[in-house]
Amino acid sequence: MKSSDASARVGIVVVSHSPEVARGTADMVRQMVGDDVPLGWCGGNPDGGLGTSVEAILAAIDTAWSQAGVAILVDLGGAETNSEMAIEMLPDARRGKVVLVNAPVVEGAIMAATESWGGSSLDVVRATAEELAPT
Amino acid sequence: MTTASLPPATGSALLVHEAGLHARPCVKLTKLAKTFSARIEIAASNEGPWIDAKSIVKVMAVKIPKDTILHVRAIGADADAAVRALVGLVETDFEGLVA
Repeated sequence: MKSSDASARVGIVVVSHSPEVARGTADMVRQMVGDDVPLGWCGGNPDGGLGTSVEAILAAIDTAWSQAGVAILVDLGGAETNSEMAIEMLPDARRGKVVLVNAPVVEGAIMAATESWGGSSLDVVRATAEELAPT
Repeated sequence: MTTASLPPATGSALLVHEAGLHARPCVKLTKLAKTFSARIEIAASNEGPWIDAKSIVKVMAVKIPKDTILHVRAIGADADAAVRALVGLVETDFEGLVA
């Protein structure tokens, strides 16, 4: 094992319009990859409906924060734009260490977390999940 | 496999897992492979194609069915231990690694 320090592993954030999808995806990561990878998730708008919220995304990034960086997996449109907005709002020291990953949210989260577990860098974690992206 | 001076460590085991090499076993196998420094490859046949056991995307994509003999080969300082560990994982029906 390259590292037993969880804080050195890239964090994974799951953002979906549906809290059930986000929570379920996070459950899959936990059960398949384990608890060693920092993980945050959010879904739904502040009114309890389908949607995403910049504040919730910021909180999820904080939950998953790692010095190695954070990779964000999103489902559709607003999840992506709100995640971009959340990244813009991060403090300077963190902004450059958080990336959006262009991959299917469930599969991408599992792949990214597995790669993170092995101690790969943020760039490698993103590239691994993006191998899945439709071409 | 560029180290021509040393033959690779090799091994094989019958894949008995109910659904074949499906998602959860793939993650376990890849995680275990990543704990070794050796270059490790797996294949469903002696003739290959050989795929990188540390690549979760490639391992997941290969879809090896139940009752296939999974072949493992490795090159590097801990190649023997790596092959033993991966073969052991398959033989124990992927019970050997937590999560």
